[in-house]
Amino acid sequence: MTDASALIDPFTRMLQELFPADAVAAVEEGDGSFDGDAAWAELDASGFLDALLPESAGGAGLTLSDVAPLLIALGAQGVPLPIGDTMLARAIGAAAGIDVPGGVVVLSSLRAGHGLLPFGRVAQWMMVDGRDAPRLLGVDRLSQSATGVPFDLGAFVAVPDEANGIDAGEPGPVALAAALVRAATIAGAGARALDMTAAHAAQRVQFGKPIAAQQAIQQQLAVMAEQVVAARLAVESASAPGLPLCSLSVAAAKAVTSRDAAAMAATAHAVHGAIGISADYDLHRFTRALHAARLADGSESAWEEALGRALLADDAPRSLDMLRRLFRSSQ
Amino acid sequence: MFDTLTRAEIPEADEALRAPVRALIDAALADMPADRRARSWMGFDAAFSRRLGAAGLLGLTLPKAYGGHERGPFARFVVVEELLAAGAPVAAHWIADRQSAPLILHYGTEAQRQRHIPAICRGEQLFCIGMSEPGSGSDLASVRTRAEQAAGGWRLNGQKIWTTNAHHSDYMIALVRTSGGAEDRHRGLSQMIVDLKAPGVSIVPIRDLTGDAHFCEVFFDNVLLDTDALVGAEGQGWVQVTAELAFERSGPERIYSSMVLFDAWLGHVRAAGRAGDPATAALAGRLASELAVLRAMSIACTARLAAGDSPVVEAALVKDRGTTLEQLMPVLIGDDLASHAGEAMDAELYRTLMYVTHIAPSFSLRGGTREILRGMIARGMGLR
Repeated sequence: MTDASALIDPFTRMLQELFPADAVAAVEEGDGSFDGDAAWAELDASGFLDALLPESAGGAGLTLSDVAPLLIALGAQGVPLPIGDTMLARAIGAAAGIDVPGGVVVLSSLRAGHGLLPFGRVAQWMMVDGRDAPRLLGVDRLSQSATGVPFDLGAFVAVPDEANGIDAGEPGPVALAAALVRAATIAGAGARALDMTAAHAAQRVQFGKPIAAQQAIQQQLAVMAEQVVAARLAVESASAPGLPLCSLSVAAAKAVTSRDAAAMAATAHAVHGAIGISADYDLHRFTRALHAARLADGSESAWEEALGRALLADDAPRSLDMLRRLFRSSQ
Repeated sequence: MFDTLTRAEIPEADEALRAPVRALIDAALADMPADRRARSWMGFDAAFSRRLGAAGLLGLTLPKAYGGHERGPFARFVVVEELLAAGAPVAAHWIADRQSAPLILHYGTEAQRQRHIPAICRGEQLFCIGMSEPGSGSDLASVRTRAEQAAGGWRLNGQKIWTTNAHHSDYMIALVRTSGGAEDRHRGLSQMIVDLKAPGVSIVPIRDLTGDAHFCEVFFDNVLLDTDALVGAEGQGWVQVTAELAFERSGPERIYSSMVLFDAWLGHVRAAGRAGDPATAALAGRLASELAVLRAMSIACTARLAAGDSPVVEAALVKDRGTTLEQLMPVLIGDDLASHAGEAMDAELYRTLMYVTHIAPSFSLRGGTREILRGMIARGMGLR
């Protein structure tokens, strides 16, 4: 077990240096003023993208539990590239004996046909569950179209069908990893939105005192804090088994985080007032991420249904016994 | 924010307690219908509590010198989780084991420890807590029950209300004023161990909206108490009560109050052939996912206790979210059942649903209201 807390500060500093606020805006605008390739090369050289690979394969040999705080930090920093996706894709590929190219990889639960690919505008590869093994598809070679949504980094893509080896069954290791990374994005973006909102409430004066002094505001922020802590613990817990992931633990974590994502965004905007609606103020980056990560790779109802089916298929009279099997480090 | 609350796992040695406690529970609950089990920590069975004591399952965290077992908070978590999730009748020992014994251990004299803690660990001394009064609910500092110095001890006058199980209890630990007046707020409050069989004590049960009578009014009319009825220091009652409420708020008791209803409903929809129905599965998964994360939060809190911290704000956070789920369960399950009117629903499930539906508002009143807890969280965030 590595002391993961020693990683988080240098990792966050590196993200802040590589992706300052104007770089994030440049990536969103797609105006070409940010050299993404250079940032990616520096990131790759840092070794963090190989964090989950064994040391024998040139990686850092970290566990997914060690890396979960980094996945959350990526959400908190609003990084405009799928760095967590790439970390997991490299580990999943190595475990399956697949050569993962050095570029930007996004994980996806998409099946055959058209679908929304998060980071589709900036990713070079997408990894999906194949019938027998994970499959890497070159994003440039897929038929794709812009979403038409301002600031959106996602794109619509056409995924090949089952005849081309794409799995059509239950979520496989790639779909589970994709859902876990989205849940971590919600935990991180929610934490950042909470920090911004609490800071705003403490300095915004109305009726002669900071609005944070109003009980109505305090109570909303307390509930949002519960949501942020619950999201973080859900991600930490679903990461505990490591790879391969426990499908029901991921289901629980993605369901919980997705259920609260829209509420966290709503509270952040309600407390910020009009300034939060401005494109020049950073809050929208994090509330946008909350909504996007909720809708990507299965929102709450899809994962609730998956978890519920397993619970109903189990005949144990105490549901506690099933709950105890979730979130364990050993399966 | 609240970064010290991180994922933890229950040690295997403590997991091993599940089997013995489950054996006792299964024997005690064999013929108990779900609507009785749904009473959970309102369910009173003194013989069951004594059996738990004899099996070494009470006083788990207390010193062996006083009849305890010197286990950590995780041992208590496991036992309490098993009891609550099954709906075992734990009311008889609940308050004594959870908060009175730790309070007496921490603040009491050696004589008080010897007199009470071993008997609590055997499940033989039953305690209630006297905090609320007709004019003091969330604003506990306004209590008016007063103990005055008298020859050989204290003279107690006043009234407590909403005291759970006073009519079954041997002792009350009461928060009373020993000096000053209401304007002195937190100063001048003390805690007293009151023998409820003493002359001048009268107890009147209050029937509640479910038809049960677990609440009581307790009147003190010139009740004479020995000098050593005082627990801890005179005037330090507020600090002690705050510590006591942390014991009350931090366990798994704040997530499982509707668990018997959940399991009864799962049994019903399986029997009704709805295990493959998407909407039914989604509801089951919604509630299970929320339970799973609350359990993770509660275990994380227990790890802070095990590390020697007093996670007061973190416990408030778990309790507020936990009681929200406990209250949501009867609402959503009621909607599900009433939307499938063609299904046969047995009377036991209906009684369980209606008991939980009607008692659910109390989940976010007992041990600190939702608004008080959220205020504590906001203070922990530096907002006040």
